[in-house]
Formats: sequence, C-alpha cells, structure tokens
Amino acid sequence: MIRFTLNGRTVEAQASPNTTLLDYLRQDLALTGTKEGCAEGDCGACTVAMLDTEGANGPVWRAINSCLTLLPMVHGRELVTVEGLADGEGLHPAQAAVVERLASQCGYCTPGVVMSLFEACYRGDLDDEAARDDQMCGNLCRCTGYRPIKEAVAAVGGCRPKDRFAARLAESGGWQAASWERQDERWAAPTEFGPLFDAVERGARVVCGATDLGLLVTQRGQRFADLVSVEGLPGFKDLRVEDDGTAHIGAAVPLTDLEAFASDALPVVARMLRFFGSRQIKHRATLGGNLCNASPIGDMAPVLLALDAEVVLRSRGGERLLPLSEFFLDYRKTALAPGEVLAAVRVPPLANGARTAAFKVSRRREMDISAVALGARVELVDGRVSAVRLGFGGMAATPARATLLEGALVGEPWTEAAVEAVLPLLAQQFSPLSDHRGSAWYRSTVAANLVRAFVEETAEATFRALPQRPLSTVVEPAGGAK
Amino acid sequence: MSQPLPTPLHRSRSHESAVGHVTGKARYVDDLPEPPGLLHAAVVPSSTAKGRIVSRSAEAARAVPGVLGVFFADDIPGTNRIGPIVHDEPLLAEDTVSFHGQALALVVAETREAARAAAAKVVVTVEAETPLLDFDQAIEQGSFTTDAHVIARGDVEAALDGSHLVIEAEARVGYQDHFYLETHGALAVPNEGGVHITSSTQHPTEVQREAARILGLPAAAVVCQVSRLGGGFGGKESQASPYACMAALAAHKLDRPVKLVLKRHEDMAWTGNRHAFLGKYRAGFDADGRFVGFAVHIYSQGGWSTDLSGAVMDRALFHLDNAYRIPALRFEGRVVRTNLPSNTAFRGFGGPQGVAVVEDAMERAAAALGIDPVELRRRNYYEEGDACPYGQVLSEVRLQRIHDELVASSDYTARRAAIDAFNAGSRWVKRGIGFSPVKFGISFTASLLNQAGALVLVYSDGSVQLNHGGTEMGQGLYTKMLAVAADTLGVELDRVRHMPTATDKVPNTSATAASSGTDLNGAAVRAACETVRERMRPVAADMLGCAPDAVRFADGACHGPSGSVPFADVANLCWVKQISLSSTGYYATPGIAYDPKAGRGTPFFYFAYGAALTEVEVDARTGQHGVRRVDILHDVGDSLVPSIDRGQVEGAYVQGLGWLTVEEVIYDDAGRMVTHGPSTYKIPAVGDVPPEFYVNLLDEAPQPGVIGGSKAVGEPPFLHAFSAVAALRHAIGAYGDGAVELSLPATHEAVLRAVEAVKRG
Repeated sequence: MIRFTLNGRTVEAQASPNTTLLDYLRQDLALTGTKEGCAEGDCGACTVAMLDTEGANGPVWRAINSCLTLLPMVHGRELVTVEGLADGEGLHPAQAAVVERLASQCGYCTPGVVMSLFEACYRGDLDDEAARDDQMCGNLCRCTGYRPIKEAVAAVGGCRPKDRFAARLAESGGWQAASWERQDERWAAPTEFGPLFDAVERGARVVCGATDLGLLVTQRGQRFADLVSVEGLPGFKDLRVEDDGTAHIGAAVPLTDLEAFASDALPVVARMLRFFGSRQIKHRATLGGNLCNASPIGDMAPVLLALDAEVVLRSRGGERLLPLSEFFLDYRKTALAPGEVLAAVRVPPLANGARTAAFKVSRRREMDISAVALGARVELVDGRVSAVRLGFGGMAATPARATLLEGALVGEPWTEAAVEAVLPLLAQQFSPLSDHRGSAWYRSTVAANLVRAFVEETAEATFRALPQRPLSTVVEPAGGAK
Repeated sequence: MSQPLPTPLHRSRSHESAVGHVTGKARYVDDLPEPPGLLHAAVVPSSTAKGRIVSRSAEAARAVPGVLGVFFADDIPGTNRIGPIVHDEPLLAEDTVSFHGQALALVVAETREAARAAAAKVVVTVEAETPLLDFDQAIEQGSFTTDAHVIARGDVEAALDGSHLVIEAEARVGYQDHFYLETHGALAVPNEGGVHITSSTQHPTEVQREAARILGLPAAAVVCQVSRLGGGFGGKESQASPYACMAALAAHKLDRPVKLVLKRHEDMAWTGNRHAFLGKYRAGFDADGRFVGFAVHIYSQGGWSTDLSGAVMDRALFHLDNAYRIPALRFEGRVVRTNLPSNTAFRGFGGPQGVAVVEDAMERAAAALGIDPVELRRRNYYEEGDACPYGQVLSEVRLQRIHDELVASSDYTARRAAIDAFNAGSRWVKRGIGFSPVKFGISFTASLLNQAGALVLVYSDGSVQLNHGGTEMGQGLYTKMLAVAADTLGVELDRVRHMPTATDKVPNTSATAASSGTDLNGAAVRAACETVRERMRPVAADMLGCAPDAVRFADGACHGPSGSVPFADVANLCWVKQISLSSTGYYATPGIAYDPKAGRGTPFFYFAYGAALTEVEVDARTGQHGVRRVDILHDVGDSLVPSIDRGQVEGAYVQGLGWLTVEEVIYDDAGRMVTHGPSTYKIPAVGDVPPEFYVNLLDEAPQPGVIGGSKAVGEPPFLHAFSAVAALRHAIGAYGDGAVELSLPATHEAVLRAVEAVKRG
C-alpha cells in the first residue's frame, strides 16, 4: 500500500511501482487538472508540488514533474495539485497572478505554470531575475511568449502568503521511506544498508529521483521488476564542508539543494547548475544519478573532473574512494563493481588562487542538453601553469579530461598566445560526433573557443559568476567586453 | 445627447477561461469525464517511409487481453479517403506506404496500455522502396503535388536588365513543429447509428464531414464538438481529422465510446510541420535602393499528400512583396511531394515563408548599396492606391505611419550608432539591430471560406447562450465573442454563457484559421444578437413608454429617455408575448475574389500592418545569441480586447523567434523524425524572452467594415521575428568584411558558421 496526502486528504494506492504519479492522478483519481504535455520532464505541464521536510535548508515545497515521478516515491509525502490551491472561490496568489496578467492563453501549460508559481510564493530567495527565470524555465508555454509569466513570478515570488501551505512548512522530519511489493514488481526503499545491498546484489535497479529512469518508463514502455531507491539511506543526503575544506555531497542530495549550497561553497558548480535542467528536474535529480548515468553529456561530470572530485563507492564490504576521472570507463559504463553503489562525491578544496569556470553550450540556454560543456580549473605559480584540468562533456563517449592539452599547458604562461600554441592538441584528442545537438565541426570549434574563453575569463579574476540573464556561456568582465 | 453607455468592447480583460485554467477545471479532450464502457485506441504506425504492403496480421494483437478490435483499411464502411481539399489520404494505409509514421491499422482495447501493447504486435509486412526525402532532389526529379501558380506583372527580365543592382540568391526557411501543449485527441461516442465526436480541432465541420465520409453516413449523423484546444496554431486545422475519424471508426464499429489521444512523440513524428521553403530569386534595385524587378521561384516541402499545401503556397506567393512596391515581377510557386509527413497550416500559412525571401533581398541590397536597411525599406513602402502584384489596390495603408512612430519611439538612430560604437570596441561579443515591417492579407484566400454563422439563445430570465462556428484555442476568440454579444444585446458579460463550438448548433463552418475567427464569427454573432434585440425593442419601448428607436440596450437594461427596465424583464415579457428569443446570424465577407489561373484578383478584405525592431547580441566563441530588446508597433485596428491582442502579438513574436533562431526539425536518412520531443526539439523558454519587450498597438486606427473597427491579429505579428534575423545579420557583419551568409534557423551553430565566414572575408 502506498499512502500519501494529496490536497489535504489521505490517499491509499494499490498500483504498480512503474505507475507514474501523473497517470495515477489523472486516471485513477480523475484529477485531470494536471496535464501530460510530453511525459519526458521537459514541458512542465505535469508539475505538482511536494512537501519535502528533509530539505537541506528546512522544509520546502518542491515543484516536481509528476510525469517522471514513480508512485512509490511519494509514499509518506504530502502533495498539492492545481485542484488543491483555491480556498473555495478564493484563488491562491499563484493563480490570481496568472488570471490578472493574462499569463494563460490556451491554458494547457497553465496548471504546471501555476504550480511552479506556487513554489515561488514560498521561496525566500527569488530576489533576482536569474533565480526567477530558473524557477520558471521548466514550464514551456507556446502561446504567451512568457512576458506575463515573468511578471507573475516577479509579483508573487517570495510573497509568502500566511496560509495553510505556509503552515505545513513548520513541519520537519517525519518522512520515512518504505518498501513494498506487488505481484512481480518490487520497490525497495531501504533506510539501512543491509536491505540495500540485498536488493543491489540480487540485481535490483538503483533509482533515486527517476528523472532519467522515468523516461524509460514513459518513453520506452519499460517496466522494472525490481527497483531500489537510495533516497532514504542514512548519509545519502549529507551536504557539508568538512574541516579541511572538502565538500561532501551525498549521492541523493537534490540538485536544487546542492545549487544553494554551492553558491557559496562551490561557485563553479553553481554556475553549471544554473543551466542544468529545470527547477522541477533539479528538485528530484541527484549528483549520484547524474554521474552513474555516465552520459557523455551529463553536465556535472565536466565540472567535477576539473575539481579533481572523488566518488565514494560503497558495497556490503565497505567503501572505496575513486577519482572521478577513473569512474567513466566507456559509453554509459562506469567503474561501479557489482553490488556497489555511489554513496557520495567529495570535492577537495581549491588551492589558493585557483581559477575556475564552467561553460555549457546548448541549442537553448535553459533546460537543454549540452552540445559541449567544459569545467575548467587552473593553478598558476609566477604566472605559469602549475596544474590545469579541462573536463569536457559532449566531446567523447564519456565525460573526459583533455589530458594532452592539460599536459602541454603545464609550465606555460597563462596567456592567450601560449595557449593558442598548444590548442591544436584538443583536436588531436577528441573526435566528437555529429548529431542533432551539433556537428563535429561545431563541437570542436566551440571546445577550442571555450578554452580560449577560460584563459580570458581568468586573466584577471579567479572566478566570474553568471550575470542575471546571460546570453552567452562566457562571462564578460564587468563593464563590458574588451 | 445622452451619455455614452458602458460597453464591454475595447476594454482589457482576462481570458474568459482564465479561472478554469488556473484551477484545473478547464477541461480538454483527455480530461472529460470518461463515459461508461470507454475503450482506448492506439495507432499502428509505419516504420518505413515508402513501400508496398505485402501482408497484414492481427492475430498476435487480438490475443492481447482486453483487445476488442483491430481495424485495417478494409474495415472502413465508407470511403477510406480524407483530406481537406483533395481527398488523397487513406485514413488507414491500403496497398502502399507513403511516409514513416503513416497509420497502418488501429487497435482498440479496454485500457490504453493494452491498446499500445497490442498495437506493437500488429504485423504489417512492407516491401520497402527507396523513399524520396531530399527537398532539392525532389525538385530536380520533378516530384510536385501542385501545378505552378504564377503571379506576374510587367517585363521582369527587362527590369532586371536595367537595374543598378541585381541580387541573385537563394533563401531557405526550415520546418517548425507546432508544439501545441495539448496533443491531438478525440473522444467518439456512438449515438444510435450516428456518432458524437469531441475533438481538439480547429475545424469541427471538417471532422464532421470526414468522419461521415469514412463511416458512410450523412453529415447529419455526425456531431463534432469542441470546448477548447490546448493550442492549435494551424496544426489542428486539417490534421486533427484523421485521429477524430479513427476514434469515430472504432466507436461506430464496436458501438462503444472510444478515445484516442496521441503521445507527444507520436504527434510530433506523424503530423506535419510548417512547410520548409526554398526561394530562388533575382532582385533588381536602382541606385537609390528602390525595387525595380523581382523574379522568384519558390518551392515548398509538401510531404506525402496535398493537405493545405496549395493554399499555403498561394499565401506565400501573395506575400513575396511583403510591404514593398515592386514595378515588375514574376512569382512562381510549386509544392514538392516527398515521402515525409504532410506539412500543413501553421500561423502565417506560407506568408512568413514568402516574406523570408523578400526580407533576404532587402538585407542583401542594403549591404550592397551601403544604405541603412531601415531607410531602404522606407523607400520601398506601398502607398495609398498602389496595386499589389495580383492587382488588388491598397487603401488605408499604414506603413509609413507605423514606420515613423516606431523608429522614433525605439530611438533607432541613436541606438544603431551606439551599437556600432560598442562593436568597434568589443572583440568577441557584437550587437546588432534589425528592422522588419509587415503587411499581411486578411481573408481566407479560398474566397468561399469567408463565411460564418452564429446562434444566440436568450432565456426568459435574461441569460444568454452564445454559439458560433469558431473554436477557442487560447487566442481569446471566446473572450471577444462574449464582449460582442454582451455589447450588442446590452447585457452584462456574466449573463452570457459561451457554449462549446458544435456542428449541431452552427453548420458548415470554416476552420478557425487565417486570423479570421473574430472578423467572421464576430460579425455573425453581432447579426444574431441584433436580430433578437430588434425583436425585443418594441416590447421594451412599450414598457418604457417611448418610441422603439429611443430604446438603448446597455449594461443589463433597456434604457428609454426617462427610465430603464431590466433586460431580464424585457426578455420575460417577450416570452409571455410569444416572441422568439433565439436567432441565427450569418456573415460573408463582401467583395473578395481571386482567379488563380490569371494570378489576379482581390483576395483580401484588408491588410494588417506592423513593424518591429529587435536588438541582439552574439558571442563569436560559441555562436550563442540572444535578444536584448524588442520594440513592436502593430495595427489591430480598434482592438476589441487590447489585453488579448497584446498577448497575441507577444506570443506570435516569440513563436516566430523560435522558428527563425532555435527550432529545428530533423529527419534521418530513413525519413524518421529525430526531434520528436521537447528534449530534442527546443521551443523558446522563459529565459529567451527579451528583457526589454515593448509592444504597442497602433492608436486611433479603426478598420472600416470590420467588427468594432478591429483587425485580425493571430498571424501577422508572427512575422515581426524577421527583425531578429536582420539584427543577427547586422551583428554578424560586424566581425569582418565578408558577406553575411546566415542560414535559417539561425541556431548557435548557424551563427557561428556565419561569423567564421565573415571573418575569413
């Protein structure tokens, strides 16, 4: 039995673990306000809000894609859909903002827009345009051109209405993962490691937010007979900077929490996360999932490669540490041994004066998959390179460091001319593919240009944060370009 | 004179369904309460783009638990042919397969899952043949769907010979997927020998007609009803019909309600796009930049069937002049047939593709002549009394006025200078500013379609039901029609209930398309309301003790010189006195006709005008670009509901920006769509909206002869996005001395290629 609270009422569900929350809402509960626009987490019409009492910064309402959420994931949770917002005739501020500004035309994306605005109402950190765009970028609208949607989020973002939803934010803790089985389908959500490894060793598929695995269900029609969630495991949501400056990121930390954490602790990671998926996706996606997925275009790997991150791999026998650069073996193949799960990522502290940047080039800035991504770090001694890391996505079968170029740069001055002289080594190492995200020519040209951009960005600064509404992935110095 | 009474017209208001949208109560096809015994259908698509069907087997599919029917072409009781103009599309494939994704069979089961699982088990063996997919190859091979349509004036060869400058170039524009948020869907319920269809269609009458043809029933046995669409944009003008017909077929055969709703990837892969176009042209200019001659061949990628491609081509030809007077010209257009999904209507309906060609010529001419591109356009505008290439004489031309107001309000001259100064000092990042005007013809170019009907019912309590033939797909038609009805009857807006559009209320309707919904249906609604009102007038006059002419209907009451009576009281008394309180209304656009053989006529009732100025920024390291500011001045006449019209203008601009700068439909070598979901097909997102986005509606611009003095708004502002292409060209040109060769869509990669070419010189 899956039990959760929906719009203030308890729901008890007998359904397959492969059922999506969206299908359950629409087909079993006849709550058709929540729409299916794509069933791949890209349009946001299916957005609902979930109360997360375990958030790194306290209880929060999270806008999530119900199309990619598997029903057992909401066991013990509290959800609100668009039907649950109004108080009788009185519209919630998120709803009124849309009505007043004509932020709905055909209305089909609107329930999702409203639920993203709903989350926005209770956020305390939506002061700038970048954050508001990020809040709404997971909601596609084909009618309005977004201007009224932007105005709506600016109007209600952080308005914190004193209502029954705000009252729920006073809750903390209490969520408990649970395992259950149905016919031939098993869902394990262990809170201890013994049952985790029982499941993993018998071949259960590991899942956390299902922002990728959910696609196999909705797009490929796959049904998983044995799933094990790592969401409830002790320590898997740890997020801390240790005494020596190492950042420890639990594998199941939602990326939105990581993003907030990283804005101070690991700004280069936060820079990449701004254009990583949507708010809804980042609420359920995790670093563990992004890395274990081992996609050549996963955007966190390039940054973490640049930072010399290590992964903590845990099995029944204990833990081992592996440099991330040794984790990716081949296309979608990792160094995870049978019976092993990725438990955490550890990012060593930056050396004093280390210079970093993260770049992502995609067809659309927001909510898109990279053509090329670059995470970069350089350390200089007397103006010459003592260490350099250039982690690329989209250039090879795995996320990969440009080791030839890195090697040639060591000892060279950190100048445009010196880098230019060895830059052809990039083309020697990488022969990227042509696909619908970009041709081989485009990827190669952009990759080289991003290295040039890194040199220029770090000529006079160790790090540049993204401006509010960047048109380019490269951050120009304040006061305009040279 | 008495004070003017309040009217709901010409006032901004929210969308009539806005509260339904935000509470989830607004229902779309897939949200309707499911009737008992509902079955679900799934389509079996072809996995071959071209071939001959050699065998079919449904055995394995029928064995799936819950499956109640598997239907092939032979199972169709009527005629297995649909298509909006030429009935050249088999609903279910017969002997041949013509595109990847073509419907081969229909599976019906008790659950969606069973239907889909069984659909995967239907075996249709196709002997594959080599498909014709490539646009240029199809042109070379002479694979055409239509005969050439030619519009000509004067001796264009002589004019080009005598030109100071002749530009010879090709202009290409790509496909665009509609990406309405609600996919195609229909629910069919059998009804004692007939069938009732709820469809997400812009054209209920066509669904009715085609379902009747498929089922072998008279039209009167089929009802099509539409409450609202989750977006249409032209994609549900003709292409909603196949899926509605399939649901109707299954419902009719099994005598059970049947629903068919496409998944996003199915919708994108099986249905057509905006037509890609190729324009090959020679454009002649004098030394001052005035157009002398324009010879153009345009081709459109039609796909496998005729669909609306002929009419789309017509409109492309009608817009090859855009806003410019061209003394000598020859335009020829032809639709190309390939083994791809059949391309179809999409906001602008060929108009944008035609304008793309002449705007390309304008940009190149400005560069070649060293004339400011904004000034070059100004020198070429049509003026009052000029004739279009097809002979229509223009009146109420507002181009110069719009141009002057926009150039002044946008501070164009100073900003261009500031941009040039910025560019001189910036190595990687350059800015550009670009301008485009638009003149867009309003009316269906198939003149007979310019007709509409309405049915208004006034109840004895004074409440009103409103019906007409137009569909609501987000554009605000219902909001406007409610205002027209309330204004005409003089009742409060909340006393009028808008009923779902249905073919049993208003027959023989035209599609809600061609930006015509408000013009046509508004006039019909007004006529229907006037008929009822005029029947009520003598009764009201009696009650008020005044002459009938002295009664004014406004604000929920009938007003006489010395008192008022509630509208409801008048309605009740009409019922008591046995006076009919319902009426139809009808409208046909007067005075339009076009002869395609001669290429002459007056196809349009009037033109909508506007202009846009866009400023962009480009990064030469990645080709990434973005819009910094947009200024639009657009002519909607005297807007019926300004807040709705502003939304149309803004939404159209951003949709056009998507088409021209980011959206790219890609098919692989087998004719299979690669970009069949939002993960691979990218429409603009919130961060792509210009940070400065100034939209103004032209003031004091009533359009004679149109409802409320307003003008059509759906399509014309889509073309404002050409200003962004012009801006990109300006920015790209700042990187070097080479010619700007920017392919469309101007993706980041396309821009980077163009920048590299300009740098090489």
